[in-house]
Amino acid sequence: MTPAATIVMQPLDWLNLFLYYLSISLLAVGGAIAAAPDMHRFLVERQGWITDLQFNASVAIAQAAPGPNVLFVGLLGWNVGLNAGGPGAAGWAAATLGMVLCLVGIMLPSTVLTWLATRWGHRNKHRRSVRAFKQGMAPVVIGLLLATAWLLGSAHHGAGTDPRLWLLSGACALVVWRTRLHLLWLLGAGALLGALGVV
Amino acid sequence: MPEPLPLPAPAAPPRAAESRPQPKHLTDLFWSFTLLALQGFGGVLAVVQRELVERKGWLTNEEFLEDWAVAQILPGPNVVNLAVVIGDRYFGLRGALVALAGMLLFPLLLVLALAVVYARFAEHAAVGGALRGMGAVAAGLVAGVALRMAGALRTHPLGPWVGAALVAATFGTMALLRWPLAWVLPLVGGAACALTWRKLAP
Repeated sequence: MTPAATIVMQPLDWLNLFLYYLSISLLAVGGAIAAAPDMHRFLVERQGWITDLQFNASVAIAQAAPGPNVLFVGLLGWNVGLNAGGPGAAGWAAATLGMVLCLVGIMLPSTVLTWLATRWGHRNKHRRSVRAFKQGMAPVVIGLLLATAWLLGSAHHGAGTDPRLWLLSGACALVVWRTRLHLLWLLGAGALLGALGVV
Repeated sequence: MPEPLPLPAPAAPPRAAESRPQPKHLTDLFWSFTLLALQGFGGVLAVVQRELVERKGWLTNEEFLEDWAVAQILPGPNVVNLAVVIGDRYFGLRGALVALAGMLLFPLLLVLALAVVYARFAEHAAVGGALRGMGAVAAGLVAGVALRMAGALRTHPLGPWVGAALVAATFGTMALLRWPLAWVLPLVGGAACALTWRKLAP
Protein backbone atom coordinates (compact mmCIF):
# COMPACT_ATOMS: atom_id res chain seq x y z
CA MET A 1 0.00 0.00 0.00
CA THR A 2 1.04 3.62 -0.32
CA PRO A 3 4.09 4.09 1.86
CA ALA A 4 3.57 7.55 3.14
CA ALA A 5 4.13 8.70 6.63
CA THR A 6 6.71 7.86 9.25
CA ILE A 7 5.36 8.32 12.71
CA VAL A 8 6.38 7.48 16.24
CA MET A 9 3.92 5.52 18.37
CA GLN A 10 4.52 5.51 22.13
CA PRO A 11 2.82 2.87 24.30
CA LEU A 12 0.33 5.55 25.31
CA ASP A 13 -0.49 6.17 21.65
CA TRP A 14 -1.26 2.47 21.12
CA LEU A 15 -3.47 2.60 24.19
CA ASN A 16 -5.14 5.70 22.81
CA LEU A 17 -5.82 3.90 19.51
CA PHE A 18 -7.35 0.94 21.34
CA LEU A 19 -9.46 3.14 23.61
CA TYR A 20 -10.70 5.14 20.62
CA TYR A 21 -12.02 2.00 18.95
CA LEU A 22 -13.52 0.73 22.20
CA SER A 23 -15.32 4.05 22.54
CA ILE A 24 -16.87 4.10 19.08
CA SER A 25 -17.85 0.42 19.10
CA LEU A 26 -21.18 1.01 20.79
CA LEU A 27 -21.92 4.00 18.56
CA ALA A 28 -21.56 2.00 15.35
CA VAL A 29 -25.24 1.21 14.88
CA GLY A 30 -25.72 0.18 11.27
CA GLY A 31 -22.27 -1.28 10.89
CA ALA A 32 -18.70 -0.12 11.15
CA ILE A 33 -18.84 1.66 7.80
CA ALA A 34 -21.35 4.09 9.28
CA ALA A 35 -18.64 5.24 11.67
CA ALA A 36 -16.01 5.66 8.94
CA PRO A 37 -16.29 9.47 8.83
CA ASP A 38 -15.46 9.65 12.52
CA MET A 39 -12.47 7.33 12.07
CA HIS A 40 -11.19 9.62 9.32
CA ARG A 41 -11.50 12.59 11.65
CA PHE A 42 -9.55 10.82 14.38
CA LEU A 43 -6.83 8.90 12.49
CA VAL A 44 -6.12 11.27 9.62
CA GLU A 45 -7.07 14.75 10.73
CA ARG A 46 -6.46 14.77 14.45
CA GLN A 47 -3.63 12.27 15.04
CA GLY A 48 -2.05 12.22 11.59
CA TRP A 49 -1.28 8.52 12.00
CA ILE A 50 -2.22 7.58 8.42
CA THR A 51 -2.64 9.52 5.20
CA ASP A 52 -5.81 10.28 3.31
CA LEU A 53 -4.71 7.89 0.56
CA GLN A 54 -4.12 5.06 3.00
CA PHE A 55 -7.53 5.65 4.52
CA ASN A 56 -9.38 5.55 1.20
CA ALA A 57 -7.45 2.54 -0.08
CA SER A 58 -8.22 0.62 3.12
CA VAL A 59 -11.96 1.19 2.70
CA ALA A 60 -11.90 0.37 -1.01
CA ILE A 61 -9.93 -2.86 -0.59
CA ALA A 62 -12.13 -4.14 2.22
CA GLN A 63 -15.26 -3.35 0.18
CA ALA A 64 -13.95 -5.14 -2.89
CA ALA A 65 -12.69 -8.21 -1.04
CA PRO A 66 -15.03 -10.88 0.26
CA GLY A 67 -15.82 -10.94 3.94
CA PRO A 68 -17.34 -8.56 6.45
CA ASN A 69 -16.77 -4.91 5.65
CA VAL A 70 -15.55 -4.28 9.20
CA LEU A 71 -12.17 -5.63 8.09
CA PHE A 72 -11.32 -2.17 6.81
CA VAL A 73 -10.83 -1.22 10.46
CA GLY A 74 -8.11 -3.87 10.65
CA LEU A 75 -6.46 -2.42 7.56
CA LEU A 76 -6.49 1.05 9.09
CA GLY A 77 -4.67 -0.31 12.15
CA TRP A 78 -2.31 -2.24 9.88
CA ASN A 79 -1.35 1.02 8.17
CA VAL A 80 -0.83 2.84 11.47
CA GLY A 81 1.58 0.07 12.44
CA LEU A 82 3.40 0.15 9.11
CA ASN A 83 3.88 3.89 9.40
CA ALA A 84 5.19 3.50 12.94
CA GLY A 85 7.37 0.44 12.49
CA GLY A 86 9.12 1.26 9.23
CA PRO A 87 10.32 -1.41 6.80
CA GLY A 88 11.19 -4.98 7.68
CA ALA A 89 10.13 -7.25 10.51
CA ALA A 90 9.56 -4.41 12.97
CA GLY A 91 7.05 -2.88 10.60
CA TRP A 92 5.16 -6.13 10.20
CA ALA A 93 5.08 -6.66 13.93
CA ALA A 94 3.81 -3.14 14.56
CA ALA A 95 1.28 -3.53 11.74
CA THR A 96 -0.05 -6.73 13.28
CA LEU A 97 -0.30 -5.05 16.66
CA GLY A 98 -2.21 -2.13 15.17
CA MET A 99 -4.57 -4.44 13.30
CA VAL A 100 -5.36 -6.53 16.37
CA LEU A 101 -5.89 -3.49 18.61
CA CYS A 102 -8.28 -1.86 16.17
CA LEU A 103 -10.32 -4.98 15.40
CA VAL A 104 -10.58 -6.13 19.01
CA GLY A 105 -11.39 -2.59 20.08
CA ILE A 106 -14.24 -2.08 17.65
CA MET A 107 -15.76 -5.52 18.12
CA LEU A 108 -15.32 -6.35 21.80
CA PRO A 109 -18.00 -4.11 23.38
CA SER A 110 -20.58 -4.58 20.64
CA THR A 111 -20.08 -8.35 20.47
CA VAL A 112 -20.37 -8.79 24.23
CA LEU A 113 -23.53 -6.68 24.22
CA THR A 114 -24.99 -8.71 21.35
CA TRP A 115 -24.22 -11.96 23.09
CA LEU A 116 -25.82 -10.86 26.36
CA ALA A 117 -28.88 -9.48 24.56
CA THR A 118 -29.25 -12.71 22.57
CA ARG A 119 -29.10 -14.76 25.73
CA TRP A 120 -31.73 -12.60 27.37
CA GLY A 121 -33.92 -12.74 24.28
CA HIS A 122 -33.77 -16.53 24.06
CA ARG A 123 -34.65 -16.94 27.73
CA ASN A 124 -37.61 -14.59 27.34
CA LYS A 125 -38.68 -15.50 23.84
CA HIS A 126 -42.28 -16.24 24.82
CA ARG A 127 -42.80 -12.81 26.32
CA ARG A 128 -45.20 -10.72 24.34
CA SER A 129 -42.77 -7.82 24.14
CA VAL A 130 -39.92 -9.97 22.80
CA ARG A 131 -42.15 -11.58 20.18
CA ALA A 132 -43.54 -8.18 19.22
CA PHE A 133 -40.03 -6.83 18.76
CA LYS A 134 -38.76 -9.73 16.70
CA GLN A 135 -41.81 -10.06 14.46
CA GLY A 136 -42.45 -6.34 14.26
CA MET A 137 -38.93 -5.69 13.02
CA ALA A 138 -39.27 -8.11 10.09
CA PRO A 139 -40.68 -5.59 7.57
CA VAL A 140 -38.21 -2.94 8.78
CA VAL A 141 -35.33 -5.34 8.20
CA ILE A 142 -36.54 -6.03 4.65
CA GLY A 143 -36.80 -2.29 4.02
CA LEU A 144 -33.27 -1.76 5.32
CA LEU A 145 -31.98 -4.46 3.00
CA LEU A 146 -33.60 -2.76 0.02
CA ALA A 147 -32.11 0.56 1.14
CA THR A 148 -28.67 -1.06 1.40
CA ALA A 149 -29.03 -2.42 -2.12
CA TRP A 150 -30.06 1.03 -3.34
CA LEU A 151 -27.08 2.72 -1.68
CA LEU A 152 -24.63 0.07 -2.91
CA GLY A 153 -25.97 0.55 -6.42
CA SER A 154 -25.80 4.34 -6.31
CA ALA A 155 -22.28 4.34 -4.84
CA HIS A 156 -20.88 2.25 -7.63
CA HIS A 157 -22.70 4.06 -10.35
CA GLY A 158 -21.38 7.42 -9.27
CA ALA A 159 -22.56 10.70 -10.67
CA GLY A 160 -22.85 9.63 -14.30
CA THR A 161 -25.63 7.11 -13.76
CA ASP A 162 -24.95 4.29 -16.16
CA PRO A 163 -28.18 2.48 -17.09
CA ARG A 164 -26.26 -0.67 -17.99
CA LEU A 165 -25.03 -1.03 -14.39
CA TRP A 166 -28.56 -0.58 -13.05
CA LEU A 167 -29.75 -3.15 -15.58
CA LEU A 168 -27.12 -5.59 -14.36
CA SER A 169 -28.14 -4.99 -10.72
CA GLY A 170 -31.83 -5.44 -11.60
CA ALA A 171 -31.18 -8.64 -13.53
CA CYS A 172 -29.20 -10.06 -10.61
CA ALA A 173 -31.96 -9.18 -8.17
CA LEU A 174 -34.46 -11.05 -10.38
CA VAL A 175 -32.22 -14.11 -10.68
CA VAL A 176 -31.66 -14.28 -6.92
CA TRP A 177 -35.36 -13.78 -6.23
CA ARG A 178 -36.62 -16.36 -8.68
CA THR A 179 -33.88 -19.01 -8.97
CA ARG A 180 -31.40 -20.87 -6.79
CA LEU A 181 -28.38 -20.18 -8.97
CA HIS A 182 -25.18 -20.04 -6.94
CA LEU A 183 -24.25 -16.45 -6.12
CA LEU A 184 -20.64 -16.90 -7.22
CA TRP A 185 -21.79 -17.39 -10.83
CA LEU A 186 -23.42 -13.98 -10.74
CA LEU A 187 -20.36 -12.32 -9.21
CA GLY A 188 -18.14 -14.01 -11.78
CA ALA A 189 -20.38 -12.82 -14.59
CA GLY A 190 -20.32 -9.29 -13.19
CA ALA A 191 -16.53 -9.33 -12.95
CA LEU A 192 -16.22 -10.64 -16.50
CA LEU A 193 -18.64 -8.08 -17.96
CA GLY A 194 -16.82 -5.32 -16.11
CA ALA A 195 -13.35 -6.47 -17.12
CA LEU A 196 -14.39 -6.66 -20.78
CA GLY A 197 -15.80 -3.17 -20.56
CA VAL A 198 -19.37 -4.22 -21.32
CA VAL A 199 -20.75 -2.46 -18.26
CA MET B 1 -48.33 -18.08 28.21
CA PRO B 2 -51.27 -19.19 26.00
CA GLU B 3 -50.67 -18.88 22.27
CA PRO B 4 -53.11 -16.58 20.45
CA LEU B 5 -55.37 -18.93 18.50
CA PRO B 6 -56.75 -16.92 15.57
CA LEU B 7 -53.32 -16.21 14.09
CA PRO B 8 -52.10 -18.18 11.10
CA ALA B 9 -49.72 -20.87 12.29
CA PRO B 10 -46.16 -19.58 12.61
CA ALA B 11 -43.92 -21.17 10.02
CA ALA B 12 -41.55 -22.83 12.47
CA PRO B 13 -42.89 -23.94 15.84
CA PRO B 14 -40.02 -24.42 18.30
CA ARG B 15 -40.73 -28.13 18.56
CA ALA B 16 -39.58 -28.68 15.00
CA ALA B 17 -36.10 -27.63 16.00
CA GLU B 18 -34.78 -31.13 16.76
CA SER B 19 -35.72 -32.56 13.42
CA ARG B 20 -34.13 -29.73 11.45
CA PRO B 21 -30.60 -29.79 10.03
CA GLN B 22 -28.04 -28.28 12.38
CA PRO B 23 -24.30 -27.75 12.42
CA LYS B 24 -22.85 -31.09 13.49
CA HIS B 25 -19.95 -29.80 15.56
CA LEU B 26 -17.83 -26.71 16.11
CA THR B 27 -15.56 -27.50 13.17
CA ASP B 28 -18.59 -27.65 10.88
CA LEU B 29 -19.72 -24.27 12.23
CA PHE B 30 -16.26 -22.73 11.73
CA TRP B 31 -15.86 -23.84 8.13
CA SER B 32 -19.44 -22.98 7.25
CA PHE B 33 -18.88 -19.41 8.36
CA THR B 34 -15.48 -19.27 6.68
CA LEU B 35 -17.05 -20.34 3.39
CA LEU B 36 -19.88 -17.84 3.85
CA ALA B 37 -17.48 -15.01 4.47
CA LEU B 38 -15.25 -15.85 1.54
CA GLN B 39 -18.25 -15.79 -0.83
CA GLY B 40 -19.52 -12.50 0.47
CA PHE B 41 -18.42 -9.80 -1.94
CA GLY B 42 -19.90 -6.44 -1.04
CA GLY B 43 -21.23 -7.78 2.26
CA VAL B 44 -21.90 -11.21 3.64
CA LEU B 45 -25.59 -10.89 4.37
CA ALA B 46 -26.92 -12.13 1.02
CA VAL B 47 -24.75 -15.22 1.26
CA VAL B 48 -25.79 -15.96 4.84
CA GLN B 49 -29.45 -16.11 3.85
CA ARG B 50 -28.73 -18.23 0.78
CA GLU B 51 -26.44 -20.72 2.52
CA LEU B 52 -27.90 -21.06 6.02
CA VAL B 53 -31.60 -20.74 5.15
CA GLU B 54 -31.97 -22.10 1.65
CA ARG B 55 -29.14 -24.62 1.31
CA LYS B 56 -28.34 -25.91 4.77
CA GLY B 57 -31.77 -25.27 6.30
CA TRP B 58 -30.32 -24.39 9.72
CA LEU B 59 -32.77 -21.49 10.01
CA THR B 60 -36.16 -20.65 8.57
CA ASN B 61 -36.70 -17.33 6.81
CA GLU B 62 -38.63 -16.12 9.85
CA GLU B 63 -35.87 -17.07 12.26
CA PHE B 64 -33.29 -15.47 10.04
CA LEU B 65 -35.30 -12.23 9.96
CA GLU B 66 -35.60 -12.28 13.75
CA ASP B 67 -31.90 -12.92 14.29
CA TRP B 68 -31.01 -10.29 11.80
CA ALA B 69 -33.29 -7.75 13.46
CA VAL B 70 -31.35 -8.31 16.67
CA ALA B 71 -27.99 -8.14 14.89
CA GLN B 72 -29.04 -4.98 13.08
CA ILE B 73 -30.46 -3.01 15.94
CA LEU B 74 -27.52 -3.60 18.26
CA PRO B 75 -24.33 -1.63 17.69
CA GLY B 76 -21.45 -3.25 15.87
CA PRO B 77 -20.90 -4.85 12.47
CA ASN B 78 -24.16 -6.59 11.54
CA VAL B 79 -22.79 -9.81 10.12
CA VAL B 80 -20.38 -10.14 13.03
CA ASN B 81 -23.32 -9.79 15.40
CA LEU B 82 -25.25 -12.30 13.30
CA ALA B 83 -22.40 -14.82 13.60
CA VAL B 84 -22.55 -14.40 17.40
CA VAL B 85 -26.33 -14.84 17.47
CA ILE B 86 -26.35 -17.93 15.25
CA GLY B 87 -23.27 -19.53 16.82
CA ASP B 88 -24.74 -19.06 20.28
CA ARG B 89 -28.03 -20.63 19.17
CA TYR B 90 -26.33 -24.00 18.64
CA PHE B 91 -23.27 -24.20 20.90
CA GLY B 92 -23.55 -21.33 23.38
CA LEU B 93 -20.54 -19.12 24.01
CA ARG B 94 -18.15 -21.53 22.27
CA GLY B 95 -20.34 -21.48 19.19
CA ALA B 96 -20.46 -17.70 19.19
CA LEU B 97 -16.66 -17.47 19.37
CA VAL B 98 -16.13 -20.16 16.74
CA ALA B 99 -18.60 -18.60 14.30
CA LEU B 100 -16.94 -15.23 14.85
CA ALA B 101 -13.48 -16.69 14.20
CA GLY B 102 -14.74 -18.40 11.06
CA MET B 103 -16.26 -15.18 9.81
CA LEU B 104 -13.05 -13.19 10.34
CA LEU B 105 -9.88 -15.29 10.18
CA PHE B 106 -9.46 -16.19 6.52
CA PRO B 107 -11.11 -13.05 5.11
CA LEU B 108 -8.70 -11.00 7.21
CA LEU B 109 -5.68 -12.82 5.79
CA LEU B 110 -7.08 -12.36 2.30
CA VAL B 111 -7.67 -8.64 2.79
CA LEU B 112 -4.13 -8.22 4.07
CA ALA B 113 -2.73 -10.04 1.07
CA LEU B 114 -4.79 -7.80 -1.21
CA ALA B 115 -3.58 -4.70 0.59
CA VAL B 116 0.04 -5.75 0.12
CA VAL B 117 -0.30 -6.17 -3.64
CA TYR B 118 -2.88 -3.40 -4.06
CA ALA B 119 -0.60 -0.96 -5.85
CA ARG B 120 -0.06 -3.39 -8.70
CA PHE B 121 -3.77 -4.28 -8.94
CA ALA B 122 -5.12 -0.76 -9.08
CA GLU B 123 -3.38 0.27 -12.28
CA HIS B 124 -5.11 -2.16 -14.65
CA ALA B 125 -8.28 -0.81 -16.23
CA ALA B 126 -9.71 -4.33 -16.48
CA VAL B 127 -9.40 -4.83 -12.72
CA GLY B 128 -11.21 -1.57 -12.08
CA GLY B 129 -13.94 -2.66 -14.49
CA ALA B 130 -14.26 -6.05 -12.84
CA LEU B 131 -14.67 -4.40 -9.45
CA ARG B 132 -17.34 -2.10 -10.87
CA GLY B 133 -19.22 -5.04 -12.37
CA MET B 134 -19.04 -6.98 -9.13
CA GLY B 135 -20.28 -3.94 -7.24
CA ALA B 136 -23.38 -3.75 -9.42
CA VAL B 137 -23.97 -7.49 -8.94
CA ALA B 138 -23.57 -7.13 -5.16
CA ALA B 139 -26.30 -4.49 -5.10
CA GLY B 140 -28.57 -6.86 -7.04
CA LEU B 141 -27.83 -9.76 -4.70
CA VAL B 142 -28.93 -7.81 -1.65
CA ALA B 143 -32.12 -6.67 -3.37
CA GLY B 144 -32.88 -10.23 -4.51
CA VAL B 145 -32.45 -11.60 -1.00
CA ALA B 146 -34.76 -8.88 0.32
CA LEU B 147 -37.42 -9.93 -2.21
CA ARG B 148 -37.08 -13.59 -1.22
CA MET B 149 -37.44 -12.77 2.45
CA ALA B 150 -40.47 -10.60 1.75
CA GLY B 151 -42.35 -13.87 1.29
CA ALA B 152 -42.25 -14.22 5.08
CA LEU B 153 -44.54 -11.18 5.36
CA ARG B 154 -47.51 -13.21 4.10
CA THR B 155 -47.79 -14.92 7.48
CA HIS B 156 -46.93 -11.79 9.47
CA PRO B 157 -49.32 -10.85 12.31
CA LEU B 158 -49.90 -7.43 10.73
CA GLY B 159 -50.83 -8.90 7.37
CA PRO B 160 -49.03 -8.38 4.06
CA TRP B 161 -50.30 -4.87 3.31
CA VAL B 162 -49.28 -3.22 6.56
CA GLY B 163 -46.02 -5.11 6.24
CA ALA B 164 -45.44 -3.76 2.74
CA ALA B 165 -46.20 -0.23 3.92
CA LEU B 166 -43.60 -0.59 6.67
CA VAL B 167 -41.06 -1.89 4.16
CA ALA B 168 -41.76 1.14 1.96
CA ALA B 169 -41.51 3.55 4.90
CA THR B 170 -38.15 2.12 5.93
CA PHE B 171 -36.80 2.18 2.40
CA GLY B 172 -38.05 5.71 1.74
CA THR B 173 -36.67 7.24 4.92
CA MET B 174 -33.30 5.46 4.65
CA ALA B 175 -32.54 5.43 0.93
CA LEU B 176 -34.42 8.45 -0.42
CA LEU B 177 -34.60 10.90 2.51
CA ARG B 178 -31.22 9.67 3.85
CA TRP B 179 -32.30 9.77 7.46
CA PRO B 180 -29.76 8.33 9.89
CA LEU B 181 -30.49 4.85 11.17
CA ALA B 182 -30.74 6.33 14.67
CA TRP B 183 -34.00 8.03 13.57
CA VAL B 184 -35.43 5.30 11.38
CA LEU B 185 -35.15 2.49 13.91
CA PRO B 186 -36.97 4.25 16.77
CA LEU B 187 -39.65 5.79 14.52
CA VAL B 188 -40.48 3.14 11.92
CA GLY B 189 -39.19 0.20 13.95
CA GLY B 190 -40.93 1.47 17.07
CA ALA B 191 -44.23 1.86 15.23
CA ALA B 192 -43.88 -1.62 13.70
CA CYS B 193 -43.18 -3.22 17.08
CA ALA B 194 -46.03 -1.33 18.77
CA LEU B 195 -48.52 -2.40 16.09
CA THR B 196 -47.35 -6.00 16.31
CA TRP B 197 -47.56 -5.88 20.09
CA ARG B 198 -51.23 -4.93 19.87
CA LYS B 199 -51.93 -7.74 17.40
CA LEU B 200 -50.28 -10.28 19.68
CA ALA B 201 -52.55 -9.30 22.58
CA PRO B 202 -53.44 -12.41 24.55
